[in-house]
This record gives sequence, structure tokens and C-alpha cells, in this order.
Amino acid sequence: MTEKSNFEPTIIGFTCNWCSYRAADLAGIARIQYPANIRLVRLMCSGRLDPTFVLKAFAEGADGVMITGCHPGECHYLEQNYKALRRYLLLRRTLVAMGIEAERLHLAWASAAEGIQLAREITEMVERVRVLGPLNWHLNGDQVQITHDATAELEVVA
Amino acid sequence: MKPKFAMYWASSCGGCEIAVLNTHEKILDVDANFDVAFWPVAMDAKYKDVEAMEDKSILLTLFNGGIRNDENEEIANLLRQKSQILVAFGSCATEGCIPGMANFSPSHEIVETAFHTLSTENPNSIYPQTSYKMPEGTIYIPTINSRVKTLVDVVPVDYFMPGCPPESHQISAVLDLVIAVVKGEAELPPKGAVIGVGNSTVCDECDRERDVKKIREFTRAHLVGALDPNLCLLEQGIPCNGSATRSGCDARCPTAGAQCIGCYGPAPGVIDYGARLISSFASVVDSNDPDEIERILDGIPDPAGQFYRFSLAGSLLKGAREAV
Ligand code: SF4
Ligand code: SF4
Ligand code: SF4
Ligand code: FES
Repeated sequence: MTEKSNFEPTIIGFTCNWCSYRAADLAGIARIQYPANIRLVRLMCSGRLDPTFVLKAFAEGADGVMITGCHPGECHYLEQNYKALRRYLLLRRTLVAMGIEAERLHLAWASAAEGIQLAREITEMVERVRVLGPLNWHLNGDQVQITHDATAELEVVA
Repeated sequence: MKPKFAMYWASSCGGCEIAVLNTHEKILDVDANFDVAFWPVAMDAKYKDVEAMEDKSILLTLFNGGIRNDENEEIANLLRQKSQILVAFGSCATEGCIPGMANFSPSHEIVETAFHTLSTENPNSIYPQTSYKMPEGTIYIPTINSRVKTLVDVVPVDYFMPGCPPESHQISAVLDLVIAVVKGEAELPPKGAVIGVGNSTVCDECDRERDVKKIREFTRAHLVGALDPNLCLLEQGIPCNGSATRSGCDARCPTAGAQCIGCYGPAPGVIDYGARLISSFASVVDSNDPDEIERILDGIPDPAGQFYRFSLAGSLLKGAREAV
């Protein structure tokens, strides 16, 4: 997998049971194609999205994470999708500060009827991350040699 | 014969050692009940003396400091081998702490900063070489790792004692407990326990009132004319980390009018300290509009520093991407 174009990103998708998970289901039933790169995890609501899930996904090899929920005003638990929105925006700022491109985390709204729209969102997400290349999160902590050339001889104090 | 006690500092600031000495007369109890076998800060000792000890011959080792280089790692292994009870002592050993923030930067930058910035007088650009040939033979200095690791990243740890540094009364309580165990009067907590702490959050110990108020602006204490002395700091827009932080300090900072910055590490059940704080802070932001939310979040100019000041090396990501 040396060529960037051969790179198949792994995307973890956290979906809401009431909307986007059903939308994905609908897409499947209607034979709407979306890339197999996304692995869907069903939550009862986007408000259940603990930022820990996202960090864990990145730490364990995901190249991108997608969060989906009901459209604003349509969350089954009142305002939980707004909470998800606020968490997402703050989490994204934090990830960017850690050197992870903003495009690797994406939030999308999709109702249960929007199978086509969701499939398009997923496809676009996969393509954006494909362009970025693998994330390969792994800070090994091994010893490193200081590569700077010492230009001067150390003075040995007798 | 008295049981042996050891204390070591790896990548640390020395504050944890001071905190142990700050237990005042308790230190005399340590001397009365233990034979201090190895404590580089307090007494002269050589690594080879420790190497010569029998395995498991030290009863209690308080290990403070993170693992920054191969020397730290070697001594962590040595003390693990020689100790019955190995305690990761203080924030540096448990989660990397302030030295762990170096994980935001690549190691070559750290070396550059140390040896080649304006404030460093180094006209001949002399950089440390890890080995150097002397007439008498080759000498070595420790080799830096690409990131700071926590103690448990390199050896099994029996107990974790957070705090930067741990509070003196908590240290005293832990020393009392071990002394009682030695005398057969008490039992040790289960292996892996977090000791010298409370079992909830700093918020739970904080007397400030919360009335679930939401905020439209984050600010800083010195920019606010008069802070309400009784109201939760976070609800006044001061980014206080108390909700994600383990109790144990009696909510020292918010009681004194300063926000908790999280030195006692993640509260029970918290896997990633920053993740918990992201949730807490997001829930006080009073807006459902993306642009307005972004404006309010601009009030936290350094989110990674705010959320991982102490816990970066022990977090899920362990550092920033460049830290290789
Ligand atoms: S935990 Fe704090 S006081 Fe202790 S060595 Fe580390 S920086 Fe210093
Ligand atoms: S957020 Fe800070 S000020 Fe507010 S209750 Fe918690 S510890 Fe106290
Ligand atoms: S209030 Fe927070 S920062 Fe202050 S001592 Fe306690 S845990 Fe540490
Ligand atoms: S129920 Fe779908 S986002 Fe809350």
C-alpha cells in the first residue's frame, strides 16, 4: 500500500438509532451504494457520543471519524444533538491542536428518510480522508538519536 | 531488621520530594519504621548498590517522575525488580504531568530549545552526544525517548498516587497505612488502586454553588472585575477543570478563587481526561448556533493545553502527532 491512490481509509461512523442508522439501513435496502470503508456504530442518540469514543477510534487506527445525528430540532431526546454539535466543535479544535486535520472528524445530520444524502456524505468523507492519507496514530516512544552534528570539540576539563 | 524504603526521581521537578519532606514529623516515622535504602535526593547512593540488593528486598518504593530517557526506564525496571510495592508517585509518574507536555513537540525541537535559543549561550553550537570518547574510555549520557512515557507504560505498577505534588496529608495517610501494614494492623488496598485520593471529583469537594447556569463567554479570572466568591467558577466563565479531576486536595484552587487546572488527574471512571472536560465545557456553552458556539469557544485559545496540562502522556493519544 505504497501508492496513496491505493489507500483505503478506515472511517468509524457513530450513528443515531433514530435517524442516520435507519438512513444507512434504507440505503442498503434501496441498493444505494456507499463505500465499505465506513464501520457504523449505533448509538441511541448523537448526544450519547462521548468524545472518548472518537479519541479511542483515532488512537486505535481509524483514519477518520464521522458523527451523524437527527436534524436540528428533530432529536428524539430534545436537544441532545445540539450537545453533540458543541462537543464536536470543541473536540475538533482539540484534535487540530494535536496535529489531526479537521477534515478527519465530520458531523452530518441525516433523517431516517435520507438514505441517498447519507450515502453521499459518507462517500465524500471517504474521499476527503483518502486525499489526506493514512493517519497511523502511533507514538512509539522509542529512543531517538540527536542528529545535530557537533561542530566543536568538547573541551575536556582535566 | 527494618523494612527497606526507596524513593526515586525520574523526569520530574523535585516538588514531589519536597512534598514528602513537607510531611514534617511524619518523616521521622519513616526513619523509625524503615531503613532508607535508596533516595538520591536525600542521601548518597549508587545504582550499583541497588543492583546488589536481593530481588524484592525493598518493601516500598515511591517512584516519582515520568520516563523521558533510557536511564529513567532502566531504573524503573531495576526498582520494579527490587521492590515489593512500587508506587507511581505524583502526577509525573502517573500521567506525565508538566514534563509530559513535551509530547506536544518533536524531540529534536526540545533539544533545539534547550541548546539553541536566544536565551542559551552556546556560541560553538555544542550539542550533547550520547557517547563520547575520552582518553580513559567511552562515556555515555542518557538517550532521550521520542515521547515521555508514564511509569506503567514501562513496568507493572502496584499503586497510583496522583497530585502535583500529592498533598502532604494524603502522603502522611499513605505512609501511616504502610506502617500499619508492616505492623500487621492493616491490609493493603487491592493492587492497581489509586491511593491518597478521594473517590469523586474536585467539584464534589468544592463549596461553590452551581445553579446549572450556562455561559456565553469564557474568560480569565484576572480579566473579571469581581468574581462572585460563592458561585461556581465555570458558571462565571472561568475554565475550571474540577468536573473531570479526581478529588483529594479539598478543592484547594477553586476555594482560593483560582480554577482547578487538574493536577489530581482523571476522576474515577474517566478514561481520557480531556474527553471528559470537552463534554463538561460543551454542556455549559449557551448556544445552539454553530457560529455563536465557535465564538464562545474562541475563549479557550489553547484547548489541548487546557485539557491535557497534566495528563497528556497518559491520555489516549499520548501526545501530538508531531511528537515522533
Ligand atoms: S508531580 Fe508535580 S511536583 Fe511532582 S515531580 Fe512532577 S511536576 Fe514536580
Ligand atoms: S467547576 Fe470548579 S468552581 Fe465549579 S464547582 Fe467544580 S471545582 Fe468548583
Ligand atoms: S484544585 Fe485542581 S489543580 Fe488545584 S490542587 Fe486540587 S486538583 Fe490540583
Ligand atoms: S435521537 Fe437522533 S440525534 Fe438525538
